[in-house]
Amino acid sequence: MADDDEIDCNRALVELYEFLDGELTFERRHRIEAHLNGCQHCFSSFDFEQELRIVIRSKLKTQVPQGLLHRITTLIEFEGRGFEPPGLGSPGRG
Amino acid sequence: MADRSKFAEEAMPFMGSLYAAALRMTRNPAEAEDLVQETYLRAYRGFEGFQEGTNLKAWLYRILTNTYINIYRAKKRRPEQTELEDVEDLYLYRRLGGLEAAAAGRSAEDELLDFFTEAEVATAVEELPEQFRMAVLLADVEGFSYKEIAEILDIPIGTVMSRLHRGRKSLQKKLYDFASARGLVPTDSEVRDAEPVRPR
Repeated sequence: MADDDEIDCNRALVELYEFLDGELTFERRHRIEAHLNGCQHCFSSFDFEQELRIVIRSKLKTQVPQGLLHRITTLIEFEGRGFEPPGLGSPGRG
Repeated sequence: MADRSKFAEEAMPFMGSLYAAALRMTRNPAEAEDLVQETYLRAYRGFEGFQEGTNLKAWLYRILTNTYINIYRAKKRRPEQTELEDVEDLYLYRRLGGLEAAAAGRSAEDELLDFFTEAEVATAVEELPEQFRMAVLLADVEGFSYKEIAEILDIPIGTVMSRLHRGRKSLQKKLYDFASARGLVPTDSEVRDAEPVRPR
């Protein structure tokens, strides 16, 4: 691509998610990093997006209900032996 | 070809993250448990078709999403919205990016952690239309690559990218709306009235 030499703020913004997702080639990644090092505005916006993602992930942490592991393990054991445990099947699906 | 006797040992460690995803998909703890249970049962029955050495977690997620689509989408009570309003890039950053400057010594992460409650983040994700919600969950919570998400959802990589792009921006707007509903920040229209439109 001919326009690859210079990364400006608009170009950096277009590639923001691919950059944070680790989906850019080494070459593209390097160019974006070079731009970020010289551009405070883009650096803080990228940093913000990155931290927002960490926050979202940590807020969505979920406790697995007690008993689910046991229920599934039992179900699979019975399935392996070729018959269904009484009362452990999912409701409505027999 | 995978050995069924190793299924529990290899597949059970993913139950926590499968349950978390199931909960955001079904938006209902009881249905999420059923979905995870059904996923493991189907996975166990099909385990001989799993290619040993390939990505077991992605394989389980594919079964999870297919099971969800087959069973739960069919009995959905309300019609699924598939369109998203267009949200500008860096929506939250443009409105909250100055937060950390206001509180010296705190990072944006610390500020944002206090800013949104767990319930708000969960609701914001759950309110995303299904196709966007799944892509955002798989990427941002589970850390799957675009290629893995494309395989799990059986869509092209370009579609993964556009769903992520629009889903993430919409999520940001929802989060902002929660914060303004609690009076923490001005409403979006107040922001627009107060600031000249920035040329882009």
